[in-house]
Amino acid sequence: MDHLLEIKDLSVVFHIFGADVQAVRGISLQLNKGETLAIVGESGSGKSVTSKAVMGLIPNPPGEIATGEVLFEGKDLVKYSKKQMQKVRGKDISMIFQDPMTALNPTMKIGKQIMEGLIKHQSLSKHDAKNRAIELLQLVGIPNPEKRVDEYPHQFSGGMRQRVVIAIALACNPKILIADEPTTALDVTIQAQILDLMRGLQEKTGTAIILITHDLGVVANLAQRVAVMYGGKIVETGTLDEIFYNPKHPYTWGLLSSMPKLHAKTDKLLAIPGTPPDLSNPPKGCPFAPRCPHAMKVCTEHMPAYTELSATQKAACWLLDERAPKVDPPATIGVGGES
Amino acid sequence: MAEKTEKLLQVKNLKKYFNVSRRDVLKAVDGVTFDVYKGETLGLVGESGCGKSTTGRTIIRLYDPTEGEVIFDGQDVGGKLSLKSKKELSKRMQMIFQDPYASLNPRMMVKDIIAEGIDIHHLAKSSKERMDRVYEMLETVGLNREHANRYPHEFSGGQRQRIGIARALAVDPDFIIADEPISALDVSIQAQVVNLLQELQEKQGLTYLFIAHDLSMVKHISDRVGVMYLGNMAELATSDEVYDHPLHPYTQSLLSAIPVADPKLERTRERIILQGDVPSPIDPPSGCRFRTRCPFAMDVCAKVRPKWHEVEKGHWVACHLHDEGLKTEKA
Repeated sequence: MDHLLEIKDLSVVFHIFGADVQAVRGISLQLNKGETLAIVGESGSGKSVTSKAVMGLIPNPPGEIATGEVLFEGKDLVKYSKKQMQKVRGKDISMIFQDPMTALNPTMKIGKQIMEGLIKHQSLSKHDAKNRAIELLQLVGIPNPEKRVDEYPHQFSGGMRQRVVIAIALACNPKILIADEPTTALDVTIQAQILDLMRGLQEKTGTAIILITHDLGVVANLAQRVAVMYGGKIVETGTLDEIFYNPKHPYTWGLLSSMPKLHAKTDKLLAIPGTPPDLSNPPKGCPFAPRCPHAMKVCTEHMPAYTELSATQKAACWLLDERAPKVDPPATIGVGGES
Repeated sequence: MAEKTEKLLQVKNLKKYFNVSRRDVLKAVDGVTFDVYKGETLGLVGESGCGKSTTGRTIIRLYDPTEGEVIFDGQDVGGKLSLKSKKELSKRMQMIFQDPYASLNPRMMVKDIIAEGIDIHHLAKSSKERMDRVYEMLETVGLNREHANRYPHEFSGGQRQRIGIARALAVDPDFIIADEPISALDVSIQAQVVNLLQELQEKQGLTYLFIAHDLSMVKHISDRVGVMYLGNMAELATSDEVYDHPLHPYTQSLLSAIPVADPKLERTRERIILQGDVPSPIDPPSGCRFRTRCPFAMDVCAKVRPKWHEVEKGHWVACHLHDEGLKTEKA
């Protein structure tokens, strides 16, 4: 099958603090047309760096894409020059950032900020671009778009600003939309509005979404496939149901059971002890081994290979090796659906 | 869970206004009333700007209340306080802050951060006793003795939050106000800190006021939950009651807005999506504060402010839908 986007063995290194921080360590991912892929993980797991590498936004120096390819419709974006990348960014691939308060230029009318991409990529006239900007504002649910197009960002609330950011991202009908924690800075009732909007827009436009988040609730709401990252590596990928109801990696287990359930009573949360690894000196074996309750000797020595569990699910864990002892996931995993 | 009935803290019609300009007054907290029982955890939830943090900060007297009473263990601490009684209050009431990066002085060693309260209240007779107390606190919160001589920047976010908890515990308080203690932390670390807070409560019989916007975490840790909206308390009941039988339309929509980490449930769940944003607390809507976004708003909502009353035992709500007089009309 032809993938819209294929990341092959991508590694990103930052040369800072007199050391090499290996933020992303050889990951491979595919994104198909029209689907939503969620990348979940804690801060420092490399999920945002991955998305920035796709967009060609890794600052160099100190950052550097050490190895790997990012194939967009078969062409390697890593090899693109700055100029070539500018033609892709905003047109074929665009991005929504976490903080709507800082993502917009405070000195520019929001209409002008939406028109920028339209004039540059689609060579629309100013007049047409403005009409299209008004259309887009309407599409993302901003009341009174004819009037608001001439207002400045400070005149918008947080939720409204995030809608404007989405309008800018969708202006040129991109094939891929990267949403980096799109709702983290928003309140829950506003988050619900934005998630609803994103789902509706995806149905209308067929844009593929890469959703980067740490909130498993948002993942369950929006995604079809999930990749779990830890310590710069993808430890498990699968469909939404596979990851939530039949996860195989102990980190996924820990992540799922450390969240309290709203619809069930939990006495004590299963916390993951310890802290994430220091990526300037990453562990030789599995990055999760120091915190893993089932870690064996081999885990600290060698990185496990991926085990294919189904056509869509794979995980990198030594427990899945046939020589390993059988370990059952915690009791809270795999139940759900009813409350 | 045993019934907790002894009132440790009573808040009566508490108001806190801020003058933002010559003409405008920001009514951050506008008349909230609730009790906190000894040994329980009361959760306060609401969206940003609803006044939950201001409520906590006014109780501990980081702000002076504009109006209303705060009665702590039988003693009114809401009015003018002498320096001496303020000091006494701060020994029994402590606070844990949201941002573990900003709430610890970067130039102080961990031992001095933790011992600051001990020094102020002269709780240690000798420097040996002081250090013993610091070591004890460090071990209570799951850190090591060796950490005492380090500076805050040497710790991760979760560890710093543990230092903040140790500092609060050092003066042996009865009541702790935790203002979003976990929202700056990663998911796997959040669970560690919440478990620690619960263990400490069991061991030392602490009472918590737990302020957060993460409803699932509040439900997990709290005995009772109060829901705030735009400076007012909308609903207050035991946490099971609030989540299973929410009465106020705002509570209902807040609950349905949270995405649940359960895809099957998420696909079938019906959600109420609120329109619009929270109005400005400088110029709040007349009558019920929620009426501009409420799907059930009636004429009376714009005119009369709903009364804060107990509809069932222990279940308080401020909504005209649950007023005795209008109840028949609704049915």
